[in-house]
Amino acid sequence: MTSIKKASVNSKKAFLNYALVIVFYVVFQTLVSTKHITNSLKGQLIPITCYMIMAISLNLVVGISGELSLGHAGFMSIGAFTSVIVTSALTGLPGIAKLVVGIIVATVIAAIAGFLIGIPVLRLNGDYLAIVTLAFGEIIRNIITNLYVGIDGKGVHFSFLSPDGLGMEATGKIVVNGPQGALGYTKLATFTAAVVLLFIVLIVVQNLVNSRTGRAIMAIRDNRIAAESMGISPMKYKMLAFTVSAAMAGAAGAVYALNYSMIDPKKFDFNTSILILVFVVLGGIGNLTGSIIAAGVLVVLPELLRKFGDYRMLTYAVVLIFVMLVTNNEKLKGRIDTFFKKLRMKISKGGRKK
Amino acid sequence: MLTHLINGISLGSIYAIIALGYTMVYGIAKMLNFAHGDVIMVGSYASFCFMMYKNVPVPLALLLSIVICTVLGITIERLAYKPLRSATSLAVLITAIGMSYFLQNLALIIWKADPKWYPDIFKDTAAIEIGGAVVKPVAIVSILVNLLIMITLTLFTNRTRMGKAMRAVSEDKGAATLMGINVNSTISITFAIGSGLAAIAGFLLCTTYSRLEPTTGSMPGIKAFTAAVFGGIGSIPGAMIGGILLGIIEILARAYLSSELADAIVFGVLIIVLLFKPNGLLGKKIREKV
Repeated sequence: MTSIKKASVNSKKAFLNYALVIVFYVVFQTLVSTKHITNSLKGQLIPITCYMIMAISLNLVVGISGELSLGHAGFMSIGAFTSVIVTSALTGLPGIAKLVVGIIVATVIAAIAGFLIGIPVLRLNGDYLAIVTLAFGEIIRNIITNLYVGIDGKGVHFSFLSPDGLGMEATGKIVVNGPQGALGYTKLATFTAAVVLLFIVLIVVQNLVNSRTGRAIMAIRDNRIAAESMGISPMKYKMLAFTVSAAMAGAAGAVYALNYSMIDPKKFDFNTSILILVFVVLGGIGNLTGSIIAAGVLVVLPELLRKFGDYRMLTYAVVLIFVMLVTNNEKLKGRIDTFFKKLRMKISKGGRKK
Repeated sequence: MLTHLINGISLGSIYAIIALGYTMVYGIAKMLNFAHGDVIMVGSYASFCFMMYKNVPVPLALLLSIVICTVLGITIERLAYKPLRSATSLAVLITAIGMSYFLQNLALIIWKADPKWYPDIFKDTAAIEIGGAVVKPVAIVSILVNLLIMITLTLFTNRTRMGKAMRAVSEDKGAATLMGINVNSTISITFAIGSGLAAIAGFLLCTTYSRLEPTTGSMPGIKAFTAAVFGGIGSIPGAMIGGILLGIIEILARAYLSSELADAIVFGVLIIVLLFKPNGLLGKKIREKV
C-alpha cells in the first residue's frame, strides 16, 4: 500500500513541476507581449530558463546520484561552443531547424564528454571526486580558450593554440577565436524554445527518477554496498546519471550561447559551476521544484537589488549566508517551525469559528 | 632549467602555505573553507595599505596584516561556520562560498576594481645567483619562509598541548570533548593559524606578482586547494609536498610546454595522480566496513 501511495505522491509532484513551468511560461509570455516587463528582465528570460535546466541537470548528479560536481559549467561550455559552430556551419536552413540541430548536436557532444570524463571521475569518492570535476571544468575552459574554428566553402577547420593553423580560403570566417570566444554569429534562441527544452528536460529527469533505473541510482546513493549486493552495478548507474546530466547541461549551454551573438569561454568558469550548485543547494538537494524556483529567484535577485547600487552583490552574499544559516541551524530552524505551527493553528482555529 | 626549478619551488611554497590553511581546517572541521582564498586577498590589501598609505615599515605591516587576518578568520568561523557545525557538509560549503562572495564584494567597494601595484620590497637587493641560475630574492625568501612555517607547525602539532588537542579533535570530536578538550576554541585556533598563514602567503604572492585586485585570492586559492587534495587533504606534510609539486609542474609547463595550457596541464596531472592514489599522495586510506 505504501508504495502505491508514494508513487501517487511522486506523480503529483511531477505534475506540479510541469504546471510550474507552464505558469512560468504563460505569465512571462503575457508580460512580454503586453510590454509590462522591463528590458533588463526581458533579456534575462532565456538565461533564467537555461539556469533552471542547469540546476535540474546538476541536481540529478548532486541530489539523485549523490556526487558533488564542481565543474558543471564545463559541459555547458562544450554545448555552447558546439552549437555555435554547428549553427554557423549550417547554411541555407531556416532558423528553427538550425536551432534544433544545434541543440541536438550540442547535447550529443556534451553527453560524450560526460561519458569520457565520467570514466575517471566516478572511480573516486567524496571530496576527491569533487576536486576532479573542478579540475575537468578548468581543463575544458582552458582548452576552449585556445581553440580556433573557422568556416569557409570547404567546411569547418579546427586549430589549436593559434589561428594560423586554420588554413582557410580567403573568404573564410573565424567562428571561434581563442580567448575572445565566439563572435558575430546569429542569435537563434527564443524564450519558447528555451521553455520547451526545460519541459523536455523535466520529463526526462522525472521519468528517470521514478523508474527502476532511478531507484537503482538512489539506492547506490543511500547505501552503495547494500545496492551492490542486490546486483546493482554502481559504475553503470552513476555513469548513466552523470552522462544524462552532462547532456542536459550541454543543451542548456547551447540555448544560452544562441541567445547572444557572442560568447566568451571565461563565462563558463568555476564561479558559474558554483553558482549552479548554489541554486541546487538552496532549492533543496534532490528537490526539482526547489531547483527551478531557486534558479529563477537567484538569477533575478541581483536585478532586483539594483537599487542597492555598489552594494548589490554584497547584499546578495549576505542574503545567501543568512538563508543558509536560517535553514540549516537547528535552533533557528526550530524557532521558525514553531512560529509557523502556531500561525497554522491560529488560522485553522479561526476557520473553525466561522 | 635550475632557474625554473627554483621559481617552481618558490611558487609551490606559496601554494603550500595556502594549502596548509585548507588542510588544517579540513582536518579539524571537515569542511572546505572556500573563503580562504579571499582571506589571502584581504591580508594583501591590509599589508598594502599599511605600507603605502601609512608608511609603516614592512615587517610591522606584515605583522599587522597577520593580526587582521587572524581576527577575520576567527570572526568568519564564529559567525558563519559555527552555527552550522551539525549541518550537512554541502550547506557549510555553500555558506563558505557566500562568505567568499561577501569578502570579494566588500573589497570591491573598499578598494575598487582597478588593480593596485604591490610594492617590491626587494627592489634594492640584487638577484641571487645559485649554481648558474639567477633568481629573484623573493623566491628564496618564499622557500625559506615556507620551511620555517613547516618546521614550526610540525613542532606545534606534535609537541604542544594545543597541537595535541587539535590532533585529538580531528581524530574524534566526541571523544575529545569527553577528555575535556574545548572543541570550539580548538577549531577557532585552527582557523586563526590558517588565516594568519594566509596573510603571509598573500604578502609573498603579491610581492612575486605585484598585481593586487579583489579577485587576486581566488585562483591561487583553487590551486592551493588542489595542492592540498593532491598531497592528501588533512595531512600537513601532504599539503607541503602537494603545494611544491604543483608549483614546479606549473612553472615547468609554462616554460617548456605552453603558457596558455599550463593550468590544464596542472589539473591534468592532478587527475592522473588521483586515479592511481585516490586519497592523495600522503592521504590515509579509509577502510570500508560492511
